[in-house]
Amino acid sequence: MRRAYFKNNWIAALVVAPQLLIIFVFFYWPTTQALYWAFTFEQPWGGGNEWAGFENFRMILTDDRYWQSIRVSIVYAAGATILSMGMALILAVFADRQLRGYKYYRIGAIWPYAVAAPAVGLAFRFIFNPSAGIMSYVNAAFPGFWDPILNGDHALLMVIIAGAWKQVAYNFIFFLAGLQSIPRSLIEAGAMDGATVLRRMGDIQLPLLAPTFFFVLVINITDSFTDSFGIVDTMTGGGPARATNLMVYKIYVDGFQGLDYSGAAAQSIILMFLVIALTVIQFRYIERKVHYT
Amino acid sequence: MTQADLPLASAVRDPDARIASPLRKRRAPGMVENTPLLNILTHLILLSGMIILLFPMYLVFNAATLSLQEVNAQPAHLLPGDQFWNNIREAWVTRDFGQKFLNSLIVALGVVTGKIFIACITAFGLVFFDHRLRMPIFWAVFITLMLPLEVRIVPTYAVAANALQPFQTILDWTGISWLIRTVSGIEVALEWNMLNSYTGLIVPLIATATGTFLYRQFFLTIPDELVEAAKMDGAGPLRFLAEILVPLSRTNIAALATIMFVYSWNQYLWPLLIITDPSYSVVAVELGKLVPDTNTTGGAIPNWHIAMAGTLIVTVPPVIVVIFMQRWFVRGLINTDK
Repeated sequence: MRRAYFKNNWIAALVVAPQLLIIFVFFYWPTTQALYWAFTFEQPWGGGNEWAGFENFRMILTDDRYWQSIRVSIVYAAGATILSMGMALILAVFADRQLRGYKYYRIGAIWPYAVAAPAVGLAFRFIFNPSAGIMSYVNAAFPGFWDPILNGDHALLMVIIAGAWKQVAYNFIFFLAGLQSIPRSLIEAGAMDGATVLRRMGDIQLPLLAPTFFFVLVINITDSFTDSFGIVDTMTGGGPARATNLMVYKIYVDGFQGLDYSGAAAQSIILMFLVIALTVIQFRYIERKVHYT
Repeated sequence: MTQADLPLASAVRDPDARIASPLRKRRAPGMVENTPLLNILTHLILLSGMIILLFPMYLVFNAATLSLQEVNAQPAHLLPGDQFWNNIREAWVTRDFGQKFLNSLIVALGVVTGKIFIACITAFGLVFFDHRLRMPIFWAVFITLMLPLEVRIVPTYAVAANALQPFQTILDWTGISWLIRTVSGIEVALEWNMLNSYTGLIVPLIATATGTFLYRQFFLTIPDELVEAAKMDGAGPLRFLAEILVPLSRTNIAALATIMFVYSWNQYLWPLLIITDPSYSVVAVELGKLVPDTNTTGGAIPNWHIAMAGTLIVTVPPVIVVIFMQRWFVRGLINTDK
C-alpha cells in the first residue's frame, strides 16, 4: 500500500483527462451508439430513429446469410487456431532445447508477427493463385484441381492458411516464454530420475505449459473474430459466393456498402458479446483453474 | 493498492517473468545427455518450420524480381530475375508509394509517441495521487480492451466524421443548446471532421489500455521513499514525473514503442475507411489497389510483380524493427498480453 502521495488533485485530473476524453469519444460513445442503432430503425427520410426493439436482431438471426457467416467464422477460427497453435507448439518445444543455432531459430519463428495482415493476404493470394503462382504447376498437371477463385472451400482453406501463418509467431513467443518459466529444477529432477528428453517434454513440460496454452487458445479465437479483416479483404473480398464472409467482414460490407446501419450495429453487438464472453472466460476461469504444481 | 489486490493482475503472467527477460539465454536443460539422433531430429523439425515460415516470403521476393511475362509464365519461375529495382521503382514512383510510405511513418511515429505519452501520464495520475476515482478510471480505461475497433467500426466512423458530435448531442439533450440560443442568439454547431487527416489517423488510436496497464504496473514498484525524497527536495508532481519517473521507465518505453510501432504501421481497416484522399493514404491500404481486379485476374493485367514489390515495401520496416528490437519486442508483448 502506497503511503506517499502528491496532494494537488487538480494535476491528477489534468493528466488523466486526455485519455478519458479519447476513450469517451472513440470507445464509449460509439459503443452506446451501436446499441442505440441496434434497437432502432433509421427513418428513410431522416427525422430521427424509430424504436424497433429486437426486430433488428430477429431479422439478422433469421437470415441464412448471417448463419453462413457464423459457420464460416467458426471454421476459420478452428482451422487457423489448430494449425498455428500446433505448429507454434512443436517449434517452441524443440527450440527450447536450445541446441546450436537457437538464436536464429527464434528469430526465424518471430519475424512473421511483424508482417501486416494485408501483406500476408496479398502474398498468399499470389502464392495460391491458380494461374500464376506455384499452384499453376499443380493445375497444369491436374486441371481444375485448385481454384480458390471459384471454389468456396478452396478459398476458405487459403484464408485459413494465411491466417495461421501470421499467427504462428505470436503463439511461439508465448509458448517459448511459458516453457522457459518452468522451474529448471523440475526438469533436472526428471533427468536425474532417468527420464529421456522426449519423456520430459511429454510428462513435465507440456502439462506445465497448460496455463499458457489456454491463454493462447482464447486469444487466438478472439483474434480470429476481429483481426481477420485485412486478410479476407485483400484475399477474397468475402467471396466466392460468401464462402469466406467472416462475421467481421460482413459487418463492414453491410454497414459501409449496404448502408444498413441498424443491421450492422446489431451484428456488432452480437460480436461484441462474443468477444466479451471470451475475455471473461479467460480472466474468470482459465487463469484460476489452471495452475502450476 | 498492491498488485495482488487487483483482480486482473494475475492475468498478466507471473511477476518473475517481468523481472527476468523471458528469453534470456539459459543453459540447455539436457546438456549432460548425449542424444545425437534426437538432436538431428530437432534440427530437422526446426529447419522445416523455418522453411514453412520463410518460403512464402521467398516467393514474394522472387515474384518482385520478375517481369510481367515471367511472373505469369507457366510453369512458374522459381529463381529470381533481374527486374527487382525496376519493380520497386515502379511501385515507389509510379504508384506513389514514396508519399504513402512517408504517411505511414508519420502515423506510426505519431501513434507510438502519443500512446507512450498518454499511457505514462494516465498511469501517473492513477498511481501517485490519492483520490476516490482511481479505480473507476482505471477500469474505464481497462474495459476498452474488450471493444476492438472491428466490433464498433460503423459508429466509430460516424464519430470520426465529426469528433465533437458526442458533445453536441449531449448539449442538445440537456437543453443547453436551446439555452445558449435563446440567451445569446448563437446556434451551437460543434464540428470537427477528422476524415482525410493525420489527426484522424492518429488520435483515435492513441488511447491505450495495455500501455496504461504496463505503466501502472511499473509505477506501483516505485518505492514510497523516492516520492518522499522528491517532495522533501521540493519537487512538484510534474517535475517528479519528468525528472525521475520518465528516465526510470526507459525499458518500458522501448518495449511499448516496439510493439506499438508494429501495431500502428500495420493498421488497415481504420485508414481504409477514413481516408479517401490518396495524399493521406498509408502503404498497408495502398497494397490492395496494386492488384488489378478484386476477385479474379480475368480482364485486367495481372501485375503480380508490382504487387509483390509493394508487399515487400510494406513488410520490410516492421520486420527490421522486430528483428533488431527483438528483446524489447518480446518483453513488451508478453508483459502487456497484447
